[in-house]
Amino acid sequence: MKATPLKTKKYAKKAVKDQELKKALLSATASTVESRQKIINEIPYWEQLRQKAHDIKKQTIENLDKYLEQFESNCSKNGIQIHWAQNSEDAQNIILRLAEENNVRTVVKSKSLTTEEIGLNKALLDNNIQTFETDLGEFIVQLMGQIPSHLIIPALHLTRKDIGKLFSEKFGCEYTEEPTELLDIARTKLRELFLTADMGISGANFGIADTGCICILENEANAHFVTSLPRIHVAVMGIEKIIPSLDTLPYFLKLLPTNATGQKISTYVNFIGEPSKDKLSEGPEQIHIVLLDNGRSRILQEPSLRQTLFCIRCGACLNSCPVYQQIGGHAYGWVYMGPIGINLIPLYLGLSVGRYSPSLCSLCRACQEVCSTNIDLTENVLELRNRIVRTGYNNKFEQLGLSLWAFFARHPLLYRISSSMPRILQRLLPKGMGFPAPGYTRKRSLPPFDKKGFRKRFYKLTNNKREY
Amino acid sequence: MKVALFVPCLNEHFYPQTALSMVRIFKKLGIDVEYVENQTCCGQPGFNTGYFKEVIPLAERFIELFQDKQYVVAPSGSCVFMVRRHYEKLDIAKNLKEAYEQLKNRIYEFTEFLIDVLKVTDLGGTFAHKVTYHDSCHLARGLGIREQPRKLIRAIKNIDFVEMENSDACCGFGGTFSYKCRDISIEMVKRKCEYIEKSGAEYCVGADPSCLMNISGYLKKNKKEIRTIHIADLLAESLNL
Repeated sequence: MKATPLKTKKYAKKAVKDQELKKALLSATASTVESRQKIINEIPYWEQLRQKAHDIKKQTIENLDKYLEQFESNCSKNGIQIHWAQNSEDAQNIILRLAEENNVRTVVKSKSLTTEEIGLNKALLDNNIQTFETDLGEFIVQLMGQIPSHLIIPALHLTRKDIGKLFSEKFGCEYTEEPTELLDIARTKLRELFLTADMGISGANFGIADTGCICILENEANAHFVTSLPRIHVAVMGIEKIIPSLDTLPYFLKLLPTNATGQKISTYVNFIGEPSKDKLSEGPEQIHIVLLDNGRSRILQEPSLRQTLFCIRCGACLNSCPVYQQIGGHAYGWVYMGPIGINLIPLYLGLSVGRYSPSLCSLCRACQEVCSTNIDLTENVLELRNRIVRTGYNNKFEQLGLSLWAFFARHPLLYRISSSMPRILQRLLPKGMGFPAPGYTRKRSLPPFDKKGFRKRFYKLTNNKREY
Repeated sequence: MKVALFVPCLNEHFYPQTALSMVRIFKKLGIDVEYVENQTCCGQPGFNTGYFKEVIPLAERFIELFQDKQYVVAPSGSCVFMVRRHYEKLDIAKNLKEAYEQLKNRIYEFTEFLIDVLKVTDLGGTFAHKVTYHDSCHLARGLGIREQPRKLIRAIKNIDFVEMENSDACCGFGGTFSYKCRDISIEMVKRKCEYIEKSGAEYCVGADPSCLMNISGYLKKNKKEIRTIHIADLLAESLNL
């Protein structure tokens, strides 16, 4: 497969200069971080909770085949149809076939990153199926012709003014930047859609193996409408979203809203367990779950990278990440962003395509401290960097430089001689001035090399003795 | 008691004063100091960039050089973190594994060593200035060292210690990140310096030379009056060493 690397470097360079974006990013991430912290301060067992979730996920992922079989069999008993998709194309085809068989003209969708991952909207639109996002943020982002810039807050990069302008352009209404008025405009549009759509497509936060149902958390009730009003409901779910049982769910119900939006609990928790049995009962006539692999089983085979499958997409790592706070989600070049994104991009799209993604990390470890399932995100980034080097997708000048450095560092005498060179050159510079380094010293300086270095100074202090 | 010095590259080349301050403080506390000849780099820059294989010989020679030392101390959290946590990920020679397991428990960051091993908090110094403290990522989140440096700072007489907002926000250095993603790195250090300035401190104290190099480089280039100081230098200065 021909694989062109994502233009991450270019996007990031552009994003970092966008002052408006930076303002939006800083205020949104800071307020979520703050409200999250407030709730956590009231939960003395927060750290144990994260570890508990880690352990549940670990146990599930290590026995995923067993749980998936159980999930499939219980869903089938409940009348839910399970479809297995190996990749994006498979998943698209399954959904397009279902749409065709059932004469679907209009689709409403609730927020689902997994459907973004498989590029579902484009596939549906290309097949003349009208497709509408119904989560307010996603609705806005779709109108803009963009993809979400945050896992939880899709329109985080936009300001009220941007949205006001967008609505007046698209709907011909009068310009307003009042949030309640904007909300009313969106609500009016969305209500119409819910009532006329033939198919509702959602994601799933959790697939519960022992009961054969899925669970969706939300705040706007749009997911409730999407999964209950149209005649057909299709849920697209990554195979790693399985949890063993209903008993294990409450840990996640506590973790997810706290970490995602700084809420004690989600406004709505939907359980979807079976289609309507007769004309008198509520809900869709058909429920389908598309279980998506798309590289996940490949990651499962690698113990050192497997932890990324524990992710429940809470987005806390994004808010805590100083790099994300500077560049936002679009700079990452794909549907996953921030610390989890730089891990998932090379894993899902391949090391060649995602070769630059793991560079977008200063290794500060802030993400790990907040992660719902305590994933060792930074160690994973290091492992990916190592693999990118080993497969030759690295920069060759970097390789040469670091190989030379490693060679000198193995030979102390050479190391000392080579470091005396800049010391001599340093004398040519004015006192106190460091060397210029292209790029690095554009907006900051380097310190000058010390004339002698520590070793010499130490021996001078001790009269050439190693001990003092 | 004798301490073997593990001198980070930045201290060898740019900030020897900091490592000398550490030596003087140990002497004042009646502890002998040893310089381990032929030490070079622990391998952190290469490892963090993904060059694991190239770093293996550096890790092996580090373990060989320091394996029989009672205590190994460095004025840097990230270098200690590299040895304590990241050597584990490297495929080092089998005959060095046991030596490594022992070395892991005998290598310390400077403030950690003073507080947790020597149980010294108040060295008796005086420093009449307003200071704030920057938590380095590898020190705070990596090694869990947050309180030790603060205890040492607070014990100095006449010092006015203020916490800055987001004291543990990354300064943006990140080794080769500072070069590879320089635009982002610069914005990060800019934001860090805003927090430092807002604290109203005259000095920003740190315990990792790399963060301090990055922060002071930005402050200097932008003609800010705030100065950075390594905690070993602060303690030495407070004691007139």
